[in-house]
Amino acid sequence: MDVIYLDNNATTKVAPEVVTAMLPYLSEYYGNPSSMHSFGGNVAAEITRGRENIARLIGAESPNEIIFTSCGTESDGTAIRAAIESNPAKKHIITSRVEHPAIKNLYETLSKKGYRVTFVPVDHQGRLDLDYFYQNLSEETAVVSLMWANNETGVIFPVEEISQEVKERGIVFHTDAVQAAGKFKMDIKTTGVDMLSLSGHKFHAPKGIGVLYIRKGTKFAPYMIGGHQEHGRRGGTENVASIIALGKAAEMAQEHLDGTGYERVGKLRDKLESTLLAQIPHSMVNGDRDHRLLNTTSIAFEYVEGEAILLMMNEHGICASSGSACTSGSLEPSHVLRAMGVPFTAAHGSIRFSLSRYTTEKEIDVVIEKLPPIIKRLRGMSPFWKESMASN
Amino acid sequence: MWEYTDKVKDHFLNPRNVGILEDADGVGEVGSIACGDALTFYFKLDEAGKIKEATFQTFGCASAIASSSALTEMVKGLTLEEAKNITNEDIAEYLGGLPKEKMHCSVMGRDALEKAITCHLGEPEKEVEGEIVCECFGVTDVEIDRVVRENHLSSIEDVTDYVKAGGGCGNCHDRIQEIIDSILGTERPAKKKAPALTNLQKIKLIEESIEREINPNLKKDSGRLELVDVDGNRVLVRMGGNCASCVKSPITLKHYVESKLRELVAPELVVEEVQ
Repeated sequence: MDVIYLDNNATTKVAPEVVTAMLPYLSEYYGNPSSMHSFGGNVAAEITRGRENIARLIGAESPNEIIFTSCGTESDGTAIRAAIESNPAKKHIITSRVEHPAIKNLYETLSKKGYRVTFVPVDHQGRLDLDYFYQNLSEETAVVSLMWANNETGVIFPVEEISQEVKERGIVFHTDAVQAAGKFKMDIKTTGVDMLSLSGHKFHAPKGIGVLYIRKGTKFAPYMIGGHQEHGRRGGTENVASIIALGKAAEMAQEHLDGTGYERVGKLRDKLESTLLAQIPHSMVNGDRDHRLLNTTSIAFEYVEGEAILLMMNEHGICASSGSACTSGSLEPSHVLRAMGVPFTAAHGSIRFSLSRYTTEKEIDVVIEKLPPIIKRLRGMSPFWKESMASN
Repeated sequence: MWEYTDKVKDHFLNPRNVGILEDADGVGEVGSIACGDALTFYFKLDEAGKIKEATFQTFGCASAIASSSALTEMVKGLTLEEAKNITNEDIAEYLGGLPKEKMHCSVMGRDALEKAITCHLGEPEKEVEGEIVCECFGVTDVEIDRVVRENHLSSIEDVTDYVKAGGGCGNCHDRIQEIIDSILGTERPAKKKAPALTNLQKIKLIEESIEREINPNLKKDSGRLELVDVDGNRVLVRMGGNCASCVKSPITLKHYVESKLRELVAPELVVEEVQ
C-alpha cells in the first residue's frame, strides 16, 4: 500500500538531493573541521557554505549570526536562557498560549523558579490578542517569545510588526520559526527579531539538526559550554553531515520559494479543504484562513473522535495527525485548540493535514475519496450524531 | 502510536452489534462529548431471562469502540445476574489487553452495563454517590475508591488511566492521593518507616514479636522458638518442641521467622539458629 504522507508539520521526507549531498561526509570526508590539516579544513569550508545558505533563507545580515544546534528545542531553550541570563534584573517573560511544548514547558518551568510569566491569549481564529500583549509589556520584561507560525493550525503571527515594537522598548525578542522556515520568504534583518529558532527536519533535511539565529550585538551566553566551535557560542564537534544536509535543504527551499512551488502546495491544500468541507456536513476549519501557512489545514469533524479517524485513514495508508486527546495519551484536546475556544464537539474530532512539495494531486484525490465515508461510518456509531441531526 | 492487539483492531475496524435496539429491555448511557468518549449500551432479554441481543453506540477512540463491541459479544446468552459480574478487567482481557492509558475505555463499558441492568430492574437510577473529586471529568470519590480497590491501583497516574480523574487541571491530585493512601493503609498496611531503634527497644520488640506473633503460629505444629541473644542485627534463636527435630526448620526459620521479624522490627535483621 502506498503511503500518502500529509503529516509534514510533524516531520518531512529527506530530499533525495539532500541525502546525496550529505553521504560523502559520512564516509570519505570524515575530517574534523577544527583540524589544521586541509583534510579537515575542506570540511570547514563546506560548513561555511551551509551557514551562508541558511543566512540567505531567513534573510540574515551575516552568516556569523547563524549557529548550528541539535534541534529546534535546543535552539529555543538556548535563546530563552541566554536572554534571561543577560538580563538578570528583569523577572518577567512573555509568550503566547499556543506555543510548542519546547517554549510552553520551558516557560512553565521558569514560572516555578521565580519568573512572572504572561501567556497571551488568542481569539477564536488563533490570532494573538495584541492589546493584551502590549498592555503586559513592562520595564520588567526580559524576553518575548512568539512562534512565527503555529504547528497545529498554521496560523501566522505578525512577527515583523510586533518585533519592531518590542525592540524599541529594549526587550529581547525571540521567535520559534520551526514551522515557518522554508514556507514563506523572510527578511529577518529588517525585523526586530533578536533570535530565531528553526529545525532541519521540517524542510527536508534530516532529524537532529537545528539552527539558532542570533542577531549581531545581541547579548548571549552559551547553553552548551565547551570548545571554540560556533565562535564559542555552542561547544561540541559539529554534526558535519547534517549541517551539509541542512545547507542543501535550505538552498532547495529557497528555490522552491523563488519559483511557484509553494503556490502549487497552497492550491492542493485549498482543494483538499474546500472539497472536504463541501462533502462533509458539520465540518469547519480551525484557525484564521487568511493568515496561514499554505501547506496546513486543521479541520474539525463534529461528533467523531480524532484517533478513530486517524486509524481508519491509516488503513488506507493516509498519514495525518489529530488535536484530539486520545492520540497523545492525555485526556484533554490540544492546548492550542482549547486556547482558541474550539468547542469540545469539534476539538476531539480535529485532524491536521500538512502537505509538502512532494504531495501530488493524485494523493489529495485519494483522501477526498476515502475520508467522507470514514466520517460517515464513525458518525453512524456515535450516539451524539443522531441527536444533533434530530434537533436540526 | 498505540500498541493495540489484533483483537482490538478487529473490533474497531469491524465492530459488532452497532446501533440502537428498538424496544430494548435495558439502556445504559455513560460519558459525554466533553470527556472525549461516550457509550450507549442496549440489551434485550429472551423468555428465559437471558440476554438475547445487545447493541451499542459509541463516540470515542479505537479502544472505546472496541471495548463497546466486545461488551455486546460478551453479554450474549448471560442472565442479568451473570452479566453483573463482568468487570472492566474482563472486557480488557477479552480484547487481549488494552494499553494502560486506555483502561478507562473498559471501565466505561462496565459502567454502561451496570446502568442498563439498573434501568431494566426498574431501580431508580442511582443518584451520584459521594462527592465530586475531579471537576474536569466529574469523577466522585466513590468511583475512585472502587476502581482503586478493584484494580489494585497505587498511583494518581493509574487512577487517571482508569477513570480519567486527575487528567485535566490537576487540582484534585492531593485528594486522589489521600483516597489511595487510605485504601493502601487499610488493606495493605504500608511498612511503617520505623524510627531508628535503640538496642534495648530493638530487643524488646523482637521478644514481643516472637511471643505474640511467631510462637502462637509455631504452636500449631507443636513448635516453639526461644530468643537466645541479639548481636547488632543478628538474632540468635533456639528451636524447641517439634521444631528442634523437624527437617523443615531451617526453611521455617528463613521464610517465616526472619521475614516476620524483618516486617515487624527492622528490615536488616538476620536470624540464626544456635544449639
